Amino acid sequence: MAGVYVAVACGAFRRYSTYRAATVAGVVTNSVFGGILASTMLALWHARPGLGGYDARQAVTYVWISQALLMTVAVWGGGFQDDVQARFRSGDIAIDLYRPVDFQGWWLATDLGRAGFQLLTRGAVPLVLGSLMFELALPLRPLVWAEFLLAVLLAVVVSFGVRFLVSVAGFWLHDSEGVRAAMTVLSMFFSGMLLPLALFPGALGELARVLPFSAMVQLPADVLLQRRTGHSLVTLYAFQLAWAVALLGLGRVAQALAVRKMVVQGG
Amino acid sequence: MVERESLAARAGWAVRSWWLIAGMWARSMLTYRTSFLLGLAANVLITFLDFAVLILMFRHTRQLAGWTLAETGFLYGTSSVALGGANLLVGSVSGLGERVRSGTLDTMLIRPAPALAQLAAERFSLRRLGRLVQAFVVLGWSLTALDLRWTWDRVLMVPGLLLCGVVIFCAVLVGCSCVQFWWGDAAELQNSVTYGGATLLQYPPTVFAKEIVAGTVFGVPLAFVNWLPALYVLDRPDPLGLPVAFEFAAPVVAVLCVLAAGLAWRTGLRAYRSTGS
Repeated sequence: MAGVYVAVACGAFRRYSTYRAATVAGVVTNSVFGGILASTMLALWHARPGLGGYDARQAVTYVWISQALLMTVAVWGGGFQDDVQARFRSGDIAIDLYRPVDFQGWWLATDLGRAGFQLLTRGAVPLVLGSLMFELALPLRPLVWAEFLLAVLLAVVVSFGVRFLVSVAGFWLHDSEGVRAAMTVLSMFFSGMLLPLALFPGALGELARVLPFSAMVQLPADVLLQRRTGHSLVTLYAFQLAWAVALLGLGRVAQALAVRKMVVQGG
Repeated sequence: MVERESLAARAGWAVRSWWLIAGMWARSMLTYRTSFLLGLAANVLITFLDFAVLILMFRHTRQLAGWTLAETGFLYGTSSVALGGANLLVGSVSGLGERVRSGTLDTMLIRPAPALAQLAAERFSLRRLGRLVQAFVVLGWSLTALDLRWTWDRVLMVPGLLLCGVVIFCAVLVGCSCVQFWWGDAAELQNSVTYGGATLLQYPPTVFAKEIVAGTVFGVPLAFVNWLPALYVLDRPDPLGLPVAFEFAAPVVAVLCVLAAGLAWRTGLRAYRSTGS
């Protein structure tokens, strides 16, 4: 049975690998934004060295890691979401529901395949370009990179959980565009994509640290910057895993409620 | 229809076509009034979070590369008004690649209205006003917060700057979209120029390496949208040490940009071959 999901994931990987021009264009865009945001961080850390416990080099590295994660973790939304939304509109979603595979598992598999491809292209290439343009604080030990990859995997699952809930909202709203736009903003802001969460003041910072979005960018970046090691690293994984399980579970409940309500038009 | 109409008459017809098509889309959207108002409110709030990042940065420092929050707010406001205005007017052009692929561009070419006007007005969305509203609020705040002696020339410079900025961004949007005549999948490439450019202009020029600033003066001329005129309004020295004339050159640059974009559009349209299916 697991073979099906592996095949689905591989298929998604290969599907994304055919969008060559889009991938090149995306890598350029990530690198341009990385360069702009890294410069603003340098200016900020020039005024306040050591802000938030980062030195200037780590702050610039943080920007490039977040650019590498933007598409991989789908902080913007997208990935399987585009496909599911189109299928809601066309009614094809009914076919997906009576396939002899798990609905949620199917889409999770496609999203992991997509994330794998985007990590290798839109993740890795801007990071390499960034390290050519700026002095980055990247670790040399392979183990840290392995720990980072595990955190990225969990980040993708958490992000999937959030996006799945937004998509299922389409059962009730017919069009989840509005919810999706709101979620995009929350996730860009609270994931640490725009600014490290350490720079958020007081209660806003506390809130950002407990929301699932922090598992998407801030925590994987912390792992690669070696700000979380040993016991602290284990609690980081536990936090990510807890949100992943909670969101996937919530998604299943929402899906079950939605299916009971659904009416398929014949024709 | 053999005799050619005057340029003014053709431009007038293009504007009128845009207005009619955009009006049609706006009316169809306003039918769902609550949905529209909610969407608009969400759009304003969403773009405010963007500015919230700047406020958070300035909580940790009084100056960023020598510029205060009010001055940076002026840059943010002007950059966002320019991009927001251009996006409202011609933002739909970026869907060109999709139309080339699906073959729906052909429909536009046989209708008796200019194709560029149709493309720019297609799926016109009043929700895009959200970004513009937010940008004007930030700009208005920065104007009151700025510690400046407002002389007449400075006051007049602000609307002139906004107008030229919108025109320059319109030209950049159209010009970059023309790449999609040849390279349909690369729609995102233009995001790095438009959204990337607007983000660049939201921060003080002193934040960036001199080569990057020079690139926006002599390459893609985005520096004329707000950086150069803002130096005059805010009475700040030019980091590149360019002649003062550059600070007033925005109208000339805007005209040149429009000509370049027009040339790109014509070249692209000539090179276009329908899929024939």
